Amino acid sequence: MPLIEIRWHGRGGQGVWSGSAVLAYSAIKAGKYAQSFPQFGPERLGGPVTAYNRIDDKPIVDRGPIYEPDIVIVIDPSLLKPRYASSILSGLKSGGYLLVNSDKDPAEVRRDLNAPENISVWSVDATSIALEEIGRASPNTTMLGVLLAATNLLPTEYLEQGILWRWPGSVGEKNINALKRAMKEARVDPAKEVVKV
Amino acid sequence: MAVQKYGEQTVMALNGDEAVAWAVKQSNVDVVAAYPITPQTIIVERISEFVHNGEVDMEFIRVESEHSALSASWGASLAGARAFTATAANGLALMWEILYIVSSTRVPLVMAVVNRALSAPINIHNDHSDTMGARDSGWIQLYSEDAQEAYDNTIMAFKIAEEAMLPVMVTLDGFTISHTLQNVSVLPDEVVSNFVGERKIPRIKIPTIYGEKEVPFMLNPKYPITFGPLDLYDYYFEHKVQQNEAMKATPPIIEKVHKEYGEISGRSYEPVHMIPYKTEDADVVIIGLSSTMSVVRKVVDQLREEGKKVGAIRLRVFRPFPAEMLRKELSNFSTVGVLDRCISFGAEGGPLFLEIRSALYSSPSKPATVNYIYGLGGRELPPKLIAKAFNEILEVRAEPGTPIVKYLGVRE
Amino acid sequence: MSTPMLGWKELPMGAVAFISSKEYPTGEWAVFQPKIDESKCIKCGLCWMYCPDSAYRWDGENVPVPSLEHCKGCGICATECPTKAIEMVRV
Repeated sequence: MPLIEIRWHGRGGQGVWSGSAVLAYSAIKAGKYAQSFPQFGPERLGGPVTAYNRIDDKPIVDRGPIYEPDIVIVIDPSLLKPRYASSILSGLKSGGYLLVNSDKDPAEVRRDLNAPENISVWSVDATSIALEEIGRASPNTTMLGVLLAATNLLPTEYLEQGILWRWPGSVGEKNINALKRAMKEARVDPAKEVVKV
Repeated sequence: MAVQKYGEQTVMALNGDEAVAWAVKQSNVDVVAAYPITPQTIIVERISEFVHNGEVDMEFIRVESEHSALSASWGASLAGARAFTATAANGLALMWEILYIVSSTRVPLVMAVVNRALSAPINIHNDHSDTMGARDSGWIQLYSEDAQEAYDNTIMAFKIAEEAMLPVMVTLDGFTISHTLQNVSVLPDEVVSNFVGERKIPRIKIPTIYGEKEVPFMLNPKYPITFGPLDLYDYYFEHKVQQNEAMKATPPIIEKVHKEYGEISGRSYEPVHMIPYKTEDADVVIIGLSSTMSVVRKVVDQLREEGKKVGAIRLRVFRPFPAEMLRKELSNFSTVGVLDRCISFGAEGGPLFLEIRSALYSSPSKPATVNYIYGLGGRELPPKLIAKAFNEILEVRAEPGTPIVKYLGVRE
Repeated sequence: MSTPMLGWKELPMGAVAFISSKEYPTGEWAVFQPKIDESKCIKCGLCWMYCPDSAYRWDGENVPVPSLEHCKGCGICATECPTKAIEMVRV
C-alpha cells in the first residue's frame, strides 16, 4: 500500500480528533505505520477543527501538515456550503475521495460544493445514524464506516478493536453498530474522469 | 558649567531609589501598584509616603505579589492612567508572564528595576541577571550609571513610553546606585510636570465589516475594544512582527526625548544610545553597562598616562539594541572587550557579548572580541582587574587561540 | 472566513480584537436549537441568564427570544427552564 493521507473536517466536540486517533490505532494494530494529529483552532465546543491521518506500510518520516490529501472526511454537514468549499477541497488529489456527513445525495453534494469530477463523493446521514445508534451527535465512528465502504483501507475487525480501545463497553458497541450501518447506507457518486498522476 | 544655565534646579542628597521616587512624584503619575523587594523597597516606600502625606494626587495600590503589581499597573494603564511600578531580581522573575502581556498590548508603563542577582543561592546584591533575562520581553531598557541618571531616565521614560506606546524599564544597580547617597540635581516640580504633560491616549483605527472605526486605545465602556484576545497561527505572527517593528522604530523617539530633556535640564546624555570615552584614537575599548563604567573610565585615564591607547564605551540603551550604531562605533578598534555582569548558562558568552559579536560579524574590519564576565552577586571589580583586562585585549590579536570568554575576579 | 487576511502593517496596534463575536454566525454549528412553548413560559428569564453565548434577547417582560443565528445548541436553557417550556429540536 502506498502512503495514504487523510484530512478530517468537523467542529469541536464532534470527535474529529478521536475519529482520526481510532483510525491510526486500528492501522497500527493491523501492522501498518500510522499518524494521527489534530490542528487546533479555538478549542471550544463547536469551533472548526481539522485532524489528519497518515497510513503507510513503511515507516512515516514526514511530520509536517498534509497539503494534498487522498481522502477528505467532513463530519459536520454545516460545513458543506459553497463558502467552505475551498478549504474542504483544498489539495484533494485527482482520484481521491470526499466522504461527507449529509442526508443529501452525493451528486447533490458535489454540485453544492462545485467539487471536481475526478474525485469520488460518498455521503451518509451520519448525524441521524449517530443519534439513533449512540444517542449523541458524534458522527466520527459513523464516518469511519463510510471510509471502509469507500476504500477497504483496513479490515473492519481492526476498526472495531480501535473503537473499543477508545470507548470500552457498551458505548463502544453502539459506535460499532453505527459504523456497520454507515458501511451499508453510504451512497456513492463515482469519479468521472480519473487522471492518475 | 552648563548647569549654571539651569540654576533653578535644587541639589538634593538622594540615593538612587529616592531619586527614582522623586522623579515619579513629579511626573503626574496616576497609579503606582507595587510590592516591596530588596533593594528597590525604598522607591515604593518613598512613593507611599508622598501619597500618605497628600503630596501627590496618586493612587497607591498595595498588592500581594509582583505578578499582581505589574498586572494592576497594566490594568490602570489600559484604563488611561499613567502608571508606574518598581521591582528587582526575583520580583521581576515573578512578573515574567505579565512583562510580555504589557509589551504585547502596547501599554506605555514605566518600571524601575533595581538590578540584583537572582536566587539561588539568595543574594541581594548587584548583577544584571534579572533584566538581562527580560531582554526579549519587548520592553525598552535604559541602563543608568548613577542616581542622577536614574532620576533623569525615569522622567524621560514616561515620555518615551507614551510616544512609542511601549513599556520602558529603567534600571539602576542594586546598592551601588540604589543605596548610594549622592548629589542629585532636581528640576522644579512644574518643569517636570510640563515636560511629561498629561498622558495622551492615542486613537486607533479598527477595520470592521461595517467599515473603519476610530476608537481611543484604552478600556472605555463607551468605545468597547478587547485587549489580549485569542490569536492563533492566523494572526499571532503578524502581531509579533508589528510589535518588533514598533520596537525597532524607537531610537529616533529616544533621541528626541533626550534632546528635549537636555533643553530643560542641561543633561541630554548625548549621543544617547552609548557614551564613548577617549575612543577617538584608541586601539582597544571596553564596553559595558551602568555604574561599573565609571571605574572603567578611571582605569582608561591611568592607562593613557602609561601611553596605552585605550578607551571605554558605556551603553545606555540595551533594548532596542543599537546594532547599526555599535557596528559603526566599534569597527575602528582592533579589539573590543565586553563586560557582562550576567551569565547566560550554556551560551558562548554573556548577553551583551553575544549581541555585540553578532553585530560585528557584518563589520568589514571585524574587530576581535573578548568577553569578561564579572561582578556576579555583587562581587566587586577592582581597577587592577580592569587594567588586566585592558592589557590582555591590547595583545589578543596576536594570539588567535586566546579564549574569548573569561571570568574576571573569580577564584579558580 | 471570507474576510481578507490583514498584514502586519494593516492590523490595529496592540493585537486588539477587530472582529466582533456577533459577526460569527455560530448558529450554523447547532444540531439542535431551542423552541419555546409560550403557553408554558413564566417569563422568569433563566434561559436568558444561563445562555453561555448571550444568544437570548429579553426585554424583562415578554417571552425571551433566542437568536438562532448565534445559538450553538448546547441545550442549557432547556435543562434550566423550570417549567420545561423549552424543547430542543433538530435543525
